[in-house]
Amino acid sequence: MAETTAHTDTIPQAASQAPAQEHQQHPIGLYLVVWLLLFVLSTFSYLVDYVGLQGYLRWSLILIFMLLKAGLIVAIFMHMAWERLALIYAILLPPLLVLVFVALMVSESHYVLLSRLTFFGAAP
Amino acid sequence: MSAETHPSVREPLRRPAGLAGFASDWASDQRTFKNVSWGKAMMWIFLLSDTFVFGCFLIAYMSARMSTAVPWPNPSEVFALHIGGADVPLILIAIMTFVLITSSGTMAMAVNYGYRHDRKKTALLMVITALFGATFVGMQAFEWTKLITEGVRPWGNPWGAPQFGSTFFMITGFHGTHVTIGVIFLLIIARKVWRGDFETGKRGFFTSRKGQYEIVEITGLYWHFVDLVWVFIFAFFYLW
Repeated sequence: MAETTAHTDTIPQAASQAPAQEHQQHPIGLYLVVWLLLFVLSTFSYLVDYVGLQGYLRWSLILIFMLLKAGLIVAIFMHMAWERLALIYAILLPPLLVLVFVALMVSESHYVLLSRLTFFGAAP
Repeated sequence: MSAETHPSVREPLRRPAGLAGFASDWASDQRTFKNVSWGKAMMWIFLLSDTFVFGCFLIAYMSARMSTAVPWPNPSEVFALHIGGADVPLILIAIMTFVLITSSGTMAMAVNYGYRHDRKKTALLMVITALFGATFVGMQAFEWTKLITEGVRPWGNPWGAPQFGSTFFMITGFHGTHVTIGVIFLLIIARKVWRGDFETGKRGFFTSRKGQYEIVEITGLYWHFVDLVWVFIFAFFYLW
């Protein structure tokens, strides 16, 4: 009991020290729903391998489940959905440049493979 | 009362939303991230840089796999476990995924209870998160041991392209290191929450500043990021 009164004494102080910051306070139920969704999505992506899907269906399903899981984690668990656009764009736009790097290296990998097959035969 | 003595309390009301807010925040010639503390902003920027580190690792893996003339080992078979007389594909990796997601869920709840000043539940949930993290690292150690006894080395393996071993050890090793650091951080912060350091305004650790429960959310950001990286590793390395 003495502990709880000590809490109420300190709260206004802490609030007046940092007025510019807003706390990320959201209902627990939301976290549980996201948790459940992540479980379901992980199960689906595991089933893609378990069932043995191949080709473009496999790759597109893997990517879809991956992006959905990543989106849920960043938006809800990391609270990005409630941040201001200034922070969202500063953090989420730069990683898109990685895709340019991916495109460069795909092109490079094709060239390396072609060179290996041309100069070293089918298998080195 | 406090609103009159601290004019900045009313500041959130004047901030425009949406794209206009984005433009005014970045053009304000002041701090850009208006309602985010420096601690949280710096953790986000660190995570952005870490994204590039893991991005480079995954791109290196992609290049190795795309350019090899030798078949890539089938991860579904390599990571299968022999359970009950049958090979179950990827089962250990699936369990590791569920363990890490569960730890993310308990972490999110710990942040919530932290802002409610519920010290015991916050510390307990953080310790549970750390235990799940330690379980994950333990299972990864088991997986490494299994692969090493089967003959996987950074320079070769019995099933195909020699790059398989080097990319596997580098990517999962780096991720496991992140999980381990996260577990240590979680335990340090959980101890401080349990002790009540953020109620009494005790100074210490890293900054010698008075801590707030926001450090729980910042630690949580790191922990969720570790989970996020695993989502990508799971998709690209184990499933692809």
